[in-house]
Order: sequence, then structure tokens, then C-alpha cells
Amino acid sequence: MPDPERPEPAGYDPVGPRPKEAVSPTGQGGPMDLALDEAESVEGIEKTAGPGASGPRERARSLWSDAWHQLRRNPVFIVSAALILFLVLIAIWPQLIASGDPLQCDLSKSQQGSAPGHPFGYDTQGCDVYTRTVYGARASITVGVCATLGAALLGSALGGLAGFFGGWGDSLLSRVADIFFGIPVVLGGLVFLSVVTSTTVWPVVGFIVLLGWPQIARIARGSVITAKQNDYVQAARALGAGNARMLLRHVAPNAVAPVIVVATIALGTYIALEATLSFLGVGLRPPTVSWGIDISNAASQIRNAPHMLLWPAGALSITVLAFIMLGDAVRDALDPKLR
Amino acid sequence: MLLEVRDLHVEFTTRDGVAKAVNGVDYSVEEGETLAVLGESGSGKSVTAQAVMGILDVPPGRIAGGEILFKGRDLLRMKEEERRRIRGAEMAMIFQDALSALNPVLTVGKQLGEMYEVHRGMSRKDARAKAVELMDRVRIPAAKQRVGDYPHQFSGGMRQRIMIAMALALEPSLIIADEPTTALDVTVQAQVMDLLAELQRELNMGLILITHDLGVVADVADKIAVMYAGRIVEAAPVHEIYKAPAHPYTRGLLDSIPRLDQKGQELYAIKGLPPNLLRIPPGCAFNPRCPMAQELCRSDVPPLYPVTESPVARASACHFWKECLHG
Repeated sequence: MPDPERPEPAGYDPVGPRPKEAVSPTGQGGPMDLALDEAESVEGIEKTAGPGASGPRERARSLWSDAWHQLRRNPVFIVSAALILFLVLIAIWPQLIASGDPLQCDLSKSQQGSAPGHPFGYDTQGCDVYTRTVYGARASITVGVCATLGAALLGSALGGLAGFFGGWGDSLLSRVADIFFGIPVVLGGLVFLSVVTSTTVWPVVGFIVLLGWPQIARIARGSVITAKQNDYVQAARALGAGNARMLLRHVAPNAVAPVIVVATIALGTYIALEATLSFLGVGLRPPTVSWGIDISNAASQIRNAPHMLLWPAGALSITVLAFIMLGDAVRDALDPKLR
Repeated sequence: MLLEVRDLHVEFTTRDGVAKAVNGVDYSVEEGETLAVLGESGSGKSVTAQAVMGILDVPPGRIAGGEILFKGRDLLRMKEEERRRIRGAEMAMIFQDALSALNPVLTVGKQLGEMYEVHRGMSRKDARAKAVELMDRVRIPAAKQRVGDYPHQFSGGMRQRIMIAMALALEPSLIIADEPTTALDVTVQAQVMDLLAELQRELNMGLILITHDLGVVADVADKIAVMYAGRIVEAAPVHEIYKAPAHPYTRGLLDSIPRLDQKGQELYAIKGLPPNLLRIPPGCAFNPRCPMAQELCRSDVPPLYPVTESPVARASACHFWKECLHG
């Protein structure tokens, strides 16, 4: 817990979600950085508070606003967030920085080095490596984000319910999760995905969710069990709250932090996993543009044309690193014990 | 009669066997009356309260027998949904440590307002206005400004006031306060107890005050039930018990209060430890620690002997209550 009495440093510029109103010294026209649903009632307070009713008060800090405050000053977070923002932008609009078409290739230029307008050179098929590297971000980010969302939602719902209610459902879920844990990722991918004929990203996303949810479920189960033993959950029960309200309002908000941390770190590993599966020929398939496919094609030509391998592999490494760094920064911010 | 607990038995299944936490407790509270339940840790006073509130952890806990009559209806025979509606609205509980009993991620205004949202179906805005009203009522300064603050921004005494406000929100007819002042420092203790007693008078509520602090009890309680090893060993109006205890355990408790005229002397302590609830000694559970114990105490469980019937009802679960009372 942060020291509640800690005064804000001078010049502190409020940014980000804070569910706390600021009352100006004069009692009117305080900074209008209010949470939306509280704006109305706060107006009333400010009118009745009157001049001199209270001085500028320190701001309320919830776990989240405190974490945000900490994150904004962490260089690891700033660098990784900037990288991720850039990657997401080019995943959505690759045309912003690449004017060519990744599927328009000229065999006569096969494996040639960099040329004006084509800084990364050409691959075996004569396609522009720069354009393909830029377009490859889309597949990686899509798979990473969708698989993480899927695994996090499924895992935290199942794990959270199991942890909250316990009993035989909990035992059953834990054993099922153990079974999924036992499936070797690459072997499982080769078996499951080799029978799939779809060229979209969804079979890969589905497979990663299938293998990824037990990890999230374990974390969610553990942190729900910890949170539900808190006195305030008992207190909520003693004051007449039902199961749904206890779980959603009192347990979940206090149990979600570890899940977010693990999910953020997992996102990076899921992107790497997609590349691994594509490299093995069971992940994404052409004509989808993917770093994994390009790395696979380039690997056999590494002595003739190393540039074909280096650019997509470098892009993959930087993307995975960015997400894992983000996860680390988020963990540092959300876990008060590490401060 | 507001609340009547009759022959309540509660057990906990543990790895080493069945722990009998409550073994036939009887007590009752009228409207506007304060009952103090006194005892060491593990005497079953909190478990009895949890059984009344219906927040016992089941399993490992189990109500093995008895009745809990609230306004004449047996709570143990009610459906869970029906009990849930009673909790908070008609009976409420104040917890020992307000910091851990308040949700750290919700503002106090939201938590207070939640009472009205759950039980009265109020809108958020109205609930917030009611929250401010409640905070004023428990005399939290600048309630309007502080309604959006988080629990950790309040001092210990203020947090306990918020707990009290939450319990009082729907004006229940019974409040159970489980060591409400233990976590507070002495000057704040008195303020919080006074506030609680005042609000109780105002709303004519029944109050069950669970404590191990005899000093707190003397000021506010009407009657006392002393518990030991899951049983009530002595029940009496508060002044009678301070004048002349009728059970050696109560006597031991009273003797272990520090007094000004004992300066420099070693403080009296009841020797030995509270019994292991897995293996309660035969006969009177207190006999291994009792200075008056005789053969009878090791073989026969003492019933709750009536000490006086009128003008006030007193009872003691000691075979030798007469000797204790006059000795």
C-alpha cells in the first residue's frame, strides 16, 4: 500500500483514470478531470463546499491509478509501449510505411540485395523483404492479441469460478488443466494443425487458446482463493451480498492483477509460438504473410542471402521482446511487494 | 424476544478429527438490549456469532444442532435466499479490523451505497447521497468531500466508524459487533464504543458485543455471557458479575484486570491454556485450570445452575457456585 498521506509533488500533472475528484481551494471550478459517472454529483459537492471549506487535498490513489503513476515513469514501459503502439499501427495500416504489395514479386530479382526503394532486398521469389516484413506484423499481432484475449477470458472465467466455489468442480477443472498442460506444444501443434486446411489465422489462435488457458486458469484460481479469504468478502456476505456480487465486485477486482501480468507476458510467447508453428509449416500458410513463413523459407538460403532471414527474424525478436518487457513493467507496477 | 439461541452446537471437521467449537450455547437478546459475550480466543464466541449471521464456512463448519430464533422464526430452517435478504437489512455485523473488512479497491462511498443498491434497489446517485448521510451520522468530518476516498486514506477510528455506518445503513434490529475496538488505540476505543452505544439507543437495536475486554463491557453492556470451550459458563447482569462472580473462570478473568492499587505486583493470570477443542477434558472443561476443582469436576459436566431467579436471572455452570459466590 502506498503511504496515503504522501503529498503530491508540485507540478504533478494528473493524467489517466482516477476515480477521485479534486476540490479546488475556492470550492468552485476545480479541475474537470472527473470520472464520468461521478461528474454530476461532484458538481453538487463543489457548490455546497463553499470557499475555504477544504484546501487542495491529496488525490485518492487506487491500486490502478497508483500502478499507472508508477508505469509512466518506468523507461522500460515507455520504450515497450512505444514499440507496441508502432507495431499495432502498422499491423492495422501497413500502407503507412510500405507502399508496395507483399504478394507482387519479380522472380528475376530473386535473392538480390538492397536496391533503391527496396532497402531490405528481395527474397527467393523476388518479393520485397521490407514490404513483407511490415505486412508480417499483422499476422503476428492478430494471433498474439486474439490468442491472449481468448486464453485470458476462458482461463480467468473457469479458474475464477473454480477458485470461488471450490468443491468437485474445482477438482475436475484442475485435473483437466493438468491434462492440457501435459500436451507438448510443438508436437501438439504438428498433430492438431496438420489436419487443418484453412488458410486463416483462426485455427492457430484456437490451438494457442486451447493450450494457453490452463496457465491463466491456475493463476486466476489461486488469486481468487486468496482474495475470497479476505475479511471484506465475509463482510459483504454478512451485509447481504449474493454470490454474483461478491465474486464480481469484491473478489474479481482484487484478483485480476496477476492475471493481467501473466497474460501480458504470455502475449509475447504466443507470438513466438505462432512463428514457430508457421516455421514448421503447420501454422499460418501462404498467401498469409507471416514472419514465421518467411523465416522458414529463408533458413535454407542463409549462406546465399542472409538478409532474407535477418529482417523478419529481427522484427519477430523485437516484437516478442516488447511484449515481455511490457509484461515485466506491468508486473512491477501491480505488485506492491516488488517496489 | 428479538434473538434467541437455543442449545446451539457447531463442529468443524479438521484433519485430526472433529473440533467441537460450540457445545450447547443458549443466549437471548431483547430489542434495545446489549449482551456482551466474553471469552478467550477459541472459546466459541465468534463462531456462535457467525452461525447467527449465517456466514459460517460450510464445510469445514457444520451446525450440529440447536435453534436460532430471530423474531420468532428459526434461521436454521430458512432457505439461503431468505437468509440473505435478512443479512444486512435486519441483522448486521461489525468486524474487528476495519482495514481488512473494507474492500481496498472500492471507495467508501461505493461500499456504503452498495447496501442501498443491493437491498433497496436504489440508483447509484441516490445511494451515494445516502452514503454521505450515513457518514455524517457516524460523525465523519467533511463527509461530502471524503465519500470518494478509499479505505486506506482513513485513520483506524474513522474506518471503524465506516464499518459501523455500513452495519447501520438499513437500520437493522440486531447488530453483532465482533471485537469492534480491539484494533483501535485506547482513546479512539472509547469514542467508537460511545458512538455505537448512542446509535443503538437511538434505533433501539439489540446489540451482541463480542469481546475479551472486560473494561469495554462494564460501560455499555446490560448483561454478560461468559464462554469457555464452547459453552456458556456464567450468565448474569453486568453489575452482579463485577460485584461477585459465580464461576471460578469469571473470577480469574476479573482478577487478571490490572488495577492501580496493584502497582509493582505481578499481574494475576489464569494458569494453563484453553482446552484443545478436539479433546475437551471430561467433566467441567475448566477443571484442569481451576483452583477450586474437586473430584466431582473431573467426572460430571456441570449444568447451568440457576443462581438467582429474581429480580434478575443469573446462572453459573459450576458445581461449587455457592462457594465461589461467597468465597
